[in-house]
Amino acid sequence: MYPFTYHRPRSLPDALARLAADPDAKLLAGGMTLIPSMKHRLAAPSQLIDIARLPELQGIARAGQSLTVGAASRYDEIARHPLVAECLPALAQVADAIGDPQVRSRGTIGGSIANSDPAADFPAAVLALAAVIRTDRREIAADEYFQGMFTTALAPDEVICEIRFAIPRRAAYAKFHHPASGYAMAGVFVADFGETVRVGVTGAAPAVFRWHEAEAALTRRLAPEALQGLALSPDGLNADMHAPASYRAQLAAVMLRKAVARIQERTGA
Amino acid sequence: MTTLTLKVNGSAQTLDVEDRTLLVDLLRDRLGLTGTHVGCDTSQCGCCTVHLDGIAVKSCTLLALQAEGAEVVTIEGLAPESGLHPVQEAFSTCHGLQCGYCTPGMIMATTDLLARHPDPTDEQIRDGLAGNLCRCTGYINIEAAVRAAAAAMRRAD
Repeated sequence: MYPFTYHRPRSLPDALARLAADPDAKLLAGGMTLIPSMKHRLAAPSQLIDIARLPELQGIARAGQSLTVGAASRYDEIARHPLVAECLPALAQVADAIGDPQVRSRGTIGGSIANSDPAADFPAAVLALAAVIRTDRREIAADEYFQGMFTTALAPDEVICEIRFAIPRRAAYAKFHHPASGYAMAGVFVADFGETVRVGVTGAAPAVFRWHEAEAALTRRLAPEALQGLALSPDGLNADMHAPASYRAQLAAVMLRKAVARIQERTGA
Repeated sequence: MTTLTLKVNGSAQTLDVEDRTLLVDLLRDRLGLTGTHVGCDTSQCGCCTVHLDGIAVKSCTLLALQAEGAEVVTIEGLAPESGLHPVQEAFSTCHGLQCGYCTPGMIMATTDLLARHPDPTDEQIRDGLAGNLCRCTGYINIEAAVRAAAAAMRRAD
């Protein structure tokens, strides 16, 4: 790694001031992506501002029909939190599908969606659950938040404080892991809000996206039969050494059906 | 340079470290605790697994300064004054190793796994060790060692 300085501010305002003063500074939370990127010299920040312990970014709480998750919540904390198990078990399922135990003990949900890796898992849940991303200065709807590969609506000096999820009637996530890296080759999150069904797809395209045709079909009837003949167009999907676009389209279609089947198993519907 | 205070294997340490120092380098190069290995250096193989406040983490992907105020336990700090920790004992008895390079990481990951699941299923064992690679392909005996250690620790309780 190139040299840098490390700072651990005591409060969010301190972190914001430091971040605003240096365009080459980067925020550090779990570091599960940033530190490997720095070791590969793909990133060379002048300073790291460690926000993992900021009190403003902690905690998981329920308020009415929403669940708020502090940005510094670690994957493992989300996977095992009793409130998540009670009102949004599919989110625990997403957290549990990430990386390995050591990675889940460090990685944070805020880091995952700030980085917005095309193969990250949480973006699928954030988008399908119509989450609201609360930052130090505003609230951003998930539909406006994800803008492209590693690109979000965040300003360079903006900090995510918490993610507020709408609690669905039921939901599930199905993911096809890359056998070596564990990243999603395709991951599909289905959320049933009664009136509407939302479907988020990660891993298949340059950025997470909603699969509108699947949403329309599942809104009419949330059952595998409703998806007969439904396919995802490979246009614009990722094609790389791991899989061509047509293969990812097929994987996404299979993961969609698995997620729907999982919802049915859970509810006995 | 920044002053870092932490506990390693029960002993308090105050050291001046370069900001970019990785925890694994601090343990190995500054404190001489070379039981923690660097395998891949890309947070995949798990050879560098240590406990940070009781939780298994990969010390090659953690800055030493991120461990400020924390309690770190390495493979050297696991065994009691005399003898071996039950997980070490089980890896030895079941021959859960061939070359031994991955073993310290496997053992540190296993102790965290057994703290979460004292009577783990085969699936929980595989998931719990998903972050640790054995290139001698010795997983069968490693899984047997985890089961044996779990049984021994439950008996001891």
